[in-house]
Amino acid sequence: MKARVTVTLKNGVLDPQGKAIEGALKSLGIDGVGSVRQGKVFDIEFTAGDKAAAESALKDACEKLLANTVIENYRVEIGA
Amino acid sequence: MKAAVVTFPGSNREGDVATALRQAGATVTHVWHADTELPAGTDLVVLPGGFSYGDYLRCGAIAGRAHIMDATRAHAARGGYVLGICNGFQIACEAGLLPGVLARNANLKFVCKRQHLTVERADTAFTRAYTKGQVIDVCIAHGEGNYIVDPETLARLEGEGLVAFRYADADGQVTAEANPNGSLNGIAGIYSPGFNVLGLMPHPENLIDSLTGGTDGRGMFESLISGKKAA
Repeated sequence: MKARVTVTLKNGVLDPQGKAIEGALKSLGIDGVGSVRQGKVFDIEFTAGDKAAAESALKDACEKLLANTVIENYRVEIGA
Repeated sequence: MKAAVVTFPGSNREGDVATALRQAGATVTHVWHADTELPAGTDLVVLPGGFSYGDYLRCGAIAGRAHIMDATRAHAARGGYVLGICNGFQIACEAGLLPGVLARNANLKFVCKRQHLTVERADTAFTRAYTKGQVIDVCIAHGEGNYIVDPETLARLEGEGLVAFRYADADGQVTAEANPNGSLNGIAGIYSPGFNVLGLMPHPENLIDSLTGGTDGRGMFESLISGKKAA
């Protein structure tokens, strides 16, 4: 079973990397870019197929390691 | 004073801080991150600078979950001293020993230069050899030193006098121009509420010999050694 965890900076937290990427996109002439915020994606494969157990394990993983909840939010998606 | 200097994979300042501690008269033991216990009688745990785990995930995130950090948290909870320098400050924050986060420098640049700091208080075990308000000249070398914390915690840090050092100019003025990384309120280092844990981004261990640039960092190690008390 595959799962995806997305970690993003909370609103209001300065994201200098996102700003630099935004500047680079604009300098490449990519039209219509308002702003860019950079985040992280973790693709995690579970050995067992229990969706509820995986969801709870991932929440634990996010709280303990994958996200720093002082400045980051996380979202968990469980696939097939 | 018995000091235990922890080495993580990617630490690179453990030798320098050991030299500074020994110069001030401490007995130094090197401890490996996978160890589960500190040497018996440890007064001070030092988390040195470097790039533990290559700064993967977030600076200090993986080292902050190392086995030795359980023993370090227990040591701190007993009132034992913990000093986190640079990556060690990042590790201390990630391990929950200190609040807040060291985020990417606001200007996106790795800064490596001399930096003046104000000593915010001189009544702690780490700073008693300095005077309150003294301006010291040390070094900084980091890409993620931008201290961020929620407004309530910031107000508590300021209200309880837990700010240890601030980035300043040579006259001791804490200005936006003197702030190298965007840290809130120019914060360069903070204490735990019991003043037994100190985390700071600058490197006092670089400035312990006039042959290599100055001696303004010696005060911290001399403070610790003369201020020994049972943990």
